[in-house]
Amino acid sequence: MSTPPIERTPLWRRPAFRALIIQALLLAGLAALIAMMIGNALTNLEARGITTGFDFLGERAGFSIPQTLIDYSGDSSYARTFVVGLLNTLLVSGLGILAATLIGFAVGIARLSPNWLLARLAAAFVETFRNIPLLVQILFWYFAVLQALPSPRQSLSLLEAFFLNVRGLIVPAPVPEPGFGLTQLALVAAILAVVALGVYARRLQQRTGKALPVYWLGSALIIGLPLLVFVASGSPLSWDVPSLKGFNFSGGITVIPELMALWLALSIYTASFIAEIVRSGIQSVPKGQIEASRAIGLPGNITLRKVVIPQAMRVIVPQLTSQYLNLIKNSSLATAIGYPDLVAVFAGTSLNQTGQAIEIIAMTMAVYLTISLVVSALMNVYNARTLLKER
Amino acid sequence: MRHNNKTLLTLSLAALSTAALGVTSSASAATLDEVTSRGELQCGVNVGLSGFSSPDENGNWQGLDVETCRAISAAIFGDADKVVFTPLTAKERFTALQSGEIDVLSRNTTWTATRDNSLGLNFTTTTFYDGQGFMVAKDLGVESLEDLNGASICIQSGTTHELNLADYFPAKGIDINTVTFDTPDQTASGFASGRCDVLTSDTSQLSALRLQLPEPDSVEILTDLISKEPLGPVVAQGDDQWFDIVKWTVFAMVNAEELGITSDNAEQMKNDPPNPQVARLLGVDGTYGEQLGLSNDWAYNIVSQVGNYGEVFADTVGENSPLGISRGMNALWNEGGILYAPPIR
Repeated sequence: MSTPPIERTPLWRRPAFRALIIQALLLAGLAALIAMMIGNALTNLEARGITTGFDFLGERAGFSIPQTLIDYSGDSSYARTFVVGLLNTLLVSGLGILAATLIGFAVGIARLSPNWLLARLAAAFVETFRNIPLLVQILFWYFAVLQALPSPRQSLSLLEAFFLNVRGLIVPAPVPEPGFGLTQLALVAAILAVVALGVYARRLQQRTGKALPVYWLGSALIIGLPLLVFVASGSPLSWDVPSLKGFNFSGGITVIPELMALWLALSIYTASFIAEIVRSGIQSVPKGQIEASRAIGLPGNITLRKVVIPQAMRVIVPQLTSQYLNLIKNSSLATAIGYPDLVAVFAGTSLNQTGQAIEIIAMTMAVYLTISLVVSALMNVYNARTLLKER
Repeated sequence: MRHNNKTLLTLSLAALSTAALGVTSSASAATLDEVTSRGELQCGVNVGLSGFSSPDENGNWQGLDVETCRAISAAIFGDADKVVFTPLTAKERFTALQSGEIDVLSRNTTWTATRDNSLGLNFTTTTFYDGQGFMVAKDLGVESLEDLNGASICIQSGTTHELNLADYFPAKGIDINTVTFDTPDQTASGFASGRCDVLTSDTSQLSALRLQLPEPDSVEILTDLISKEPLGPVVAQGDDQWFDIVKWTVFAMVNAEELGITSDNAEQMKNDPPNPQVARLLGVDGTYGEQLGLSNDWAYNIVSQVGNYGEVFADTVGENSPLGISRGMNALWNEGGILYAPPIR
């Protein structure tokens, strides 16, 4: 059998080549447009006597911030202001995602409960918090709830160690003493042991069909081992208990009301959406799966954990990702109540003090984009793992 | 508040796009021509600070900063009411001026080197000499700033006050917690609800905010001042004629007070000037208005429609107003103050 002679198409008539050329031209055009815009911006800013560039990042910021996770004072630079704001954004977003997930899953599952009252309460929760604008909720928690608390002198107190007042929640701060490192080591060891236990238990079950009570054993290990070491090493931890001195409480850790209000509002608002996602995810699992699971005699909670949830996760995770991203972006509403997040301290105060709007807004946008892309990437990895494995 | 943030964002984006797309903004064009052809003056004022700029029950803007804009309008149009007021928060104000959203910023803004030299703005002159003070509840028993160790201080973000605080207290070894808010109203309500022990701002602002408290008599303003706060109208850089018009509008008001011209006697003085200085200011003699690109009766229009500096001060923040601030530093140079306008000649 003879192969027919290959007919060579001229380069410019190959569709792939032409597509490549068109795309390259488009890209070059876009790059030129962006370069022109940047050049124009610089020329015009120069002409108007507005300072440009990123030199301001090294300058002394000269204003203080009410909540800082790292050392910060008025003498710190604008670059440090940026980091402080970023950490505060990450703090409230992290706390918010954690709480929203927990509340959301609980409410979502409660909505499907055969208990009429529980299901109705969960439905009421979702419909209330999903349908009130987030900003209004933030203002509600801040002005109507937390600002109505008593003054420091009339604080609500629990055991004379925890205090709640209009300035925030003040809790005792742990002060580690020499030897506390052992307890921390024990905790790490316990976590590693639990991981190993999990692997062993799975193999054992696959080999012999015997299930170990991993949950109970693990909890006992994680709590018991560090506690044992802690007591054995002579309880090397003291508490810095807050006390009222002059105007304010000194000592302890103060959780500022701005953080509490923002956290509450973000968690509850997002939880109401997550609850619906969880409900729809669970309902997407065909009824036959549950009936089959019952038929082979699996108890209710095993059916939920081993049959329903793994299949529901495939539906839940992609939507959960967008809720997490929404929560992170919504945290920028912090500025409404003066929580010192990135938008408030960097795109707000720093922008105003330096006047360098373009640089600061660009940096802020880049930060939100980066955080969102990272979260999205992590969730995609998780999603890939929970995908239905068709064999 | 969301509105404010949106505005800030919009303004920033506007600044970005005007800068990026190379649109020539009002800053470099002849602002006077633009204002005249538009038929109204765009004036940036405070969102609400009684005595300086706040809307009254009929929605008309009132206050010292508002009168400055009305005076500029009178000088240009011969009509003090051709002004559109744009309320701006401290954070939005400079971007609004940079982007050409407003022609003049008259919003109790402190004149500092950075703002004058690196923001593309020009401070024209001072309309109010102020200083940063502190307000506390009387029952706390605070007598001086030394007693404030450990106190929480409410402050408006994006102001010079934030910077002054971080300069002053650490140097004295006094430990304070700052709580920041966006607008004067929020700052005052934070103070009223007990979120902080102390409210700090310009003393003039404190006098105004005090009136908004449920019990104004339960608080006092400490006598200590920690900064110089010269407040005055600001214009964008690059238009010298416009800069001169705003500057000389204020000078005309101060000169009118010095020469004894009031809104009541302006017409009579114009018809029969008692001395050459009055004749020059009111446009009977010389072409001082034309030199600015205005009509020669520009100053007459200002004084007859808005009043001289002393009248405006008394009606907005002084003796005839609820604030009752005394002239102090803001009195004329020959009456014990430091207000001194160059002569019209």
